[in-house]
Amino acid sequence: MKIHIKNGRLIDPTSKIDKPQDLFIAAGRIVGVGNTAPSGFEANSVLDATGCIVCPGLVDLAARLREPGFEYRATLESEMAAAAAGGVTRLACPPDTDPVLDEPGLVEMLTHRARLPEFAHVHPVGALTVQLEGKALTEMAELAEAGCVAFGQANRAIVDTQVLLRAMMYAATFDFPVWLQAQDPFLARKGVAHDGEIAARLGLAGIPVAAETIALATMLQLARETGARVHVTRISSAAGVDMIVAARAAGIAVTCDVAIHNLHLSEMDIGFFNAHARLDPPLRSQADRDALRAGLASGAINALCSDHTPVDDDGKQMPFDEAEVGATGLELLLPLTLKWGQEMKLPLLTALARVTSDPARILGVKAGSLAVGAAADVCVFDLAASFKVTRENLRSQGKNTPFLGQEFPGRVRYTLIDGHLAFDGTLN
Amino acid sequence: MNTGGNPQLNRHGELNHLLTIEGLPREVLTRILDTAAPFSEVAEREVKKVPLLRGKSVFNLFFENSTRTRTTFEIAAKRLSADVINLNISTSSANKGETLLDTADNLAAMQADMFVVRHASSGAPYLIAQHLAATGRDHIHVVNAGDGRHAHPTQGLLDMYTIRHYKKDFSQLTVAIVGDVLHSRVARSQIHALIALGVPEVRIIAPKTLLPTGVERLGVRVFHDMREGLRGVDVVMMLRLQNERMQGALLPSTQEYFKSWGLTPEKLALAKPDAIVMHPGPMNRGVEIDSAVADGNQAVILPQVTFGIAVRMAVMAMLAGN
Repeated sequence: MKIHIKNGRLIDPTSKIDKPQDLFIAAGRIVGVGNTAPSGFEANSVLDATGCIVCPGLVDLAARLREPGFEYRATLESEMAAAAAGGVTRLACPPDTDPVLDEPGLVEMLTHRARLPEFAHVHPVGALTVQLEGKALTEMAELAEAGCVAFGQANRAIVDTQVLLRAMMYAATFDFPVWLQAQDPFLARKGVAHDGEIAARLGLAGIPVAAETIALATMLQLARETGARVHVTRISSAAGVDMIVAARAAGIAVTCDVAIHNLHLSEMDIGFFNAHARLDPPLRSQADRDALRAGLASGAINALCSDHTPVDDDGKQMPFDEAEVGATGLELLLPLTLKWGQEMKLPLLTALARVTSDPARILGVKAGSLAVGAAADVCVFDLAASFKVTRENLRSQGKNTPFLGQEFPGRVRYTLIDGHLAFDGTLN
Repeated sequence: MNTGGNPQLNRHGELNHLLTIEGLPREVLTRILDTAAPFSEVAEREVKKVPLLRGKSVFNLFFENSTRTRTTFEIAAKRLSADVINLNISTSSANKGETLLDTADNLAAMQADMFVVRHASSGAPYLIAQHLAATGRDHIHVVNAGDGRHAHPTQGLLDMYTIRHYKKDFSQLTVAIVGDVLHSRVARSQIHALIALGVPEVRIIAPKTLLPTGVERLGVRVFHDMREGLRGVDVVMMLRLQNERMQGALLPSTQEYFKSWGLTPEKLALAKPDAIVMHPGPMNRGVEIDSAVADGNQAVILPQVTFGIAVRMAVMAMLAGN
């Protein structure tokens, strides 16, 4: 299959290209970039990208597919359709499935199930400890062979710091990255919202910023001790960003990401108990949100992720403190990247880097590039068109998001995965 | 689905539900207090009934135990001639796995006209009100009878009624709220009501472990020393300290709490000589309040209970009339 994507504005954050160029694809790879086809190239299919941006497919560092175990909330099929519709061609999934991704067989089953041409590349994050219980180490080497790219705890903490130290040491032995969410379980106990003005007013149990900074201090200290490559997932506070920056300056190899919700929303969005805003980490103050936005722009925060968590309606039709945590996000990642980039007046190249080449580097995979020879994972989107977030427009089985009813810039026209047309927005 | 809006006012700015005092304009609060005044006279009559809610069904949905609040709501509804159905759901369907909204739907299908809701989760009555609105049934009124730590608006209103009864004018008062503000829905409703009615100084007196983060932003002055905080106040509003707070890391002991934040005659003497003492009940004598104060001539704790019936009648009558 040979595909010619013509008349688009090509943006490749890896090679820092932003100019009108065509893309030529054969056998799942990019074989030419420019205004003329490579010699002998005859396209079977021509995709018109007039008025569109052509960029690498998005790389999402956190998307829960709900398989295995939570198929009533979502299935691989529904969520992969959502990924393709959102221009996401590669994603990492946290280990908090049921059963937990702590055995090679489960990881193999998931990657095997995900191996369809129209499905995004799936990179499981293996459990760092058995059952995510924070007690015993998993067989990391075996899990890595089965396909795990990193090891983490989803949003469950390792309470015992000796176990955390040893888990980081063991991972560092193989140079496996360790992905950790910074939230002290004691300070966050029973908390459901940022410990600030809104929680005080609404009478919600709070999670203080110190829950993040204390856990972060522990992780950074242990990263220094062990030399483990730590990636901090879903940072939520200004103080947290400052600590990451300081740790890097002190020579600690640490990266971090932020979720679309924390980038765009604050505790104010809880309004009067909006269960859609029940998220983990909690939406913090407006000052925190502003620091996250600036930190992502400067590169202090390395990547933006969707933190896609399909939750069914029953899970949200509850009082705020009983409601299930999470929101759908795969189809919002691109629009919310563009919105943030526009509001921060960033070049498109920089904004797109945070959801393509930068997260690819954290995953440690060759992706997020449109150079000749790279896998043809491509997203073509119309920046002038908008995406309205409605239950009908969302392909994910999770219809719940605090952005419901809003309209954002950017609509995906085509998504290609390994040169396979996985989504064609012109058919709608 | 609860999408975070405030559904208690209808298009004309009238109360459709009473969920919180926060955001209610002074005129609405004053109208409720004014409406309550003639209802307190109903209680003096030989036949303690008016026909305002005749033929209406009021469901008391108590997902959390309560004797006093449920009883006063029941009396209020009966004095308005409503049919009252009491449901203690903590001992019924919630234990069988029925969701809050399923329960509400079932009762709505029994032609309910009003839900009086108490629930352990902050915001639960909002969920019901939003759900009724989303399903075209907002002719059913919801009264919040206490949700988690969030609000207890009728308690806040009856406290305002009591203050107005004894002090006439809010605009010159200094009011102190003493105790566990962190876990108190009563305190939050009192604060919003006092500020909305123009009380120039609202003080909060508590140890740091019993204060919500950033409580000053509600417009109150914070004191940790009770003697300092009580100096010159016109009204002392005590909060109930639940026994379970005494265990764990919030407070070391009942004795130390009483010593520092219990209201004794000696500490009360620092307030104005005509200061009144209030308590939402049930009281823990010897924990937050000394019996000599609770039974003393400055206490208006029992009149609060009496006024509570009139205020609840006013709220139900107004909602049913809107």
